[in-house]
Amino acid sequence: MNIWVFAEEDEGVPSTGSLELISKAQTHGDVHVFYLGAGSDASFAALGDHGASDVYHFDAGDTLASAPASAAMATLVESADIVLFGAGNMDRDIAGRLAARMGRPVISNALDFDGTDTITVFSEILGGTLGISTEFTAKSPAIIVTRPKAFTAEPTGGVTPTVHTVEMPDTGRSGGATVTERHVEASEGPNLEVAAVVVSGGRGLGSGDKFDMMHELAGLLGGAVGGTRAVVDAGWVPYSYQVGQTGKTVKPSVYIACGISGAMQHLVGMKGSATIIAINKDPDAPIFGLADLGVVGDVHKVVPQLIEALKARS
Amino acid sequence: MNIAVCVKQIPDPASPYELDDENHWVVRPDDQVLDDTDKSGVEIALQLAEATEGTVTVYSMGPTGGQQGLRTALAMGADRAVVIDDEALRGSDALTTARVLSAAMTQEGFDLVVTGTESTDGYSGVMPQMMSELLDVPCLSFARKVEAADGAITIERQTAGGYDVVTAPAPALVTVTAGVEPRYPTFKGIMQAKSKPVSTLTAADLGIESETGQMIRSVEPVEARAAGEIVEDDGDAYIKIVETLEQAKVI
Repeated sequence: MNIWVFAEEDEGVPSTGSLELISKAQTHGDVHVFYLGAGSDASFAALGDHGASDVYHFDAGDTLASAPASAAMATLVESADIVLFGAGNMDRDIAGRLAARMGRPVISNALDFDGTDTITVFSEILGGTLGISTEFTAKSPAIIVTRPKAFTAEPTGGVTPTVHTVEMPDTGRSGGATVTERHVEASEGPNLEVAAVVVSGGRGLGSGDKFDMMHELAGLLGGAVGGTRAVVDAGWVPYSYQVGQTGKTVKPSVYIACGISGAMQHLVGMKGSATIIAINKDPDAPIFGLADLGVVGDVHKVVPQLIEALKARS
Repeated sequence: MNIAVCVKQIPDPASPYELDDENHWVVRPDDQVLDDTDKSGVEIALQLAEATEGTVTVYSMGPTGGQQGLRTALAMGADRAVVIDDEALRGSDALTTARVLSAAMTQEGFDLVVTGTESTDGYSGVMPQMMSELLDVPCLSFARKVEAADGAITIERQTAGGYDVVTAPAPALVTVTAGVEPRYPTFKGIMQAKSKPVSTLTAADLGIESETGQMIRSVEPVEARAAGEIVEDDGDAYIKIVETLEQAKVI
């Protein structure tokens, strides 16, 4: 099978999500990677090590990449069976444009896919309570947008891939967007997506300054701090903290949900955690449906007590 | 500036939606509401229209029903609505939806298109990008802030680790995250909304045939996580948490 994967550079190396997709793809056939970023021999080697047989490198520079990248991909993937994307913002931007350009459907939120002649995609809806199988009935390629962490990145010891340079296509009006500034909003402590412990806060915290308490607790546990869409929308924490359908997906050993009711959009991003602890004053909060330990109580009392207890141990 | 905003009427998220047995489509009652994620789009559009003495037209595809959702957008301040309500479009996928909305906007004219990032009931998350390709405009996506000046649109585009400033000349399409607090309709706004024009188009008016390249084959309940222990805090619940952290070997 002929599979293409969209991969993206993150701080000089292929993003973890990209390597997850390539690892999955190489179990189905030859993997061709469209790689967006500055590129380097080390990056290309990492792509090969995870199963890429060749790499099409595209550097969009300061042009917003979605329009030119999708135009370039449309020519390259014409005879592909499957084109795989991750769930990142640029993944979605390119997948959507590519699909419209080629006149093909996209199936989003994929947790897995299978098939040879007919491709079937597995996904979950309604906060992960219903599993659905959707079949592509259109002409190939099947364009699939996957959920984060649906697959595991595994080095295969593959060979160094052949690297081709993709030229910037002329996309006229569509390609007229320029990136003029890039800002990184650093968060304290370990990376949210790989931390063994995640301490997340929701609206129930009452105000943004209560996130100091979340940081203190996370610090004591060597964990990272997350938040719900509601607190991000309220401006209490930046978007990079958001856990959920439209934010990050986390699968830590322990997830501590503080003042989080458990909207479906949030549950999708954390229900894969090994152990879930929830503290909420509403006994009917949906979060208690998933919690291994649910504490019906005031987060402003329980969390400070927990912090003191952990301090006393160290 | 002539601003087009995409909005979707969805079943009230307070009561979980249902799928019909035959096609596995979302059952759409008459009293659908405006998707919360679209309220931010309407808000941004209104702010830009106010700054540029422009107009705001809301576009929506789907069963119109009692129009509550549309009227909410009009009550917030949008000038008029264009609805594509056609039985032939039931079960359309994102690409057909994008074709329909793009065709309607091309017919009516626009300088800027504003959408949310994904609907709360469908979540495909790629429809706006499809529209930008069909309309041949840049897709200024995942904007948490939008400004219009001197014929250019500038946004703060959310990235995994922060944000980028991205700018493009109009016409363009902007997708907005919920970073902006939508205004509440005023009483005056609600009264005015009742007489604002809502025009209805069909797929045939736009020269579009519904087609879908995907088919849901099965829907099965997912095995739920085993229920855990729920305790009422009596002042000692934190000890339970410490024990759980110990069992998980993170302390």
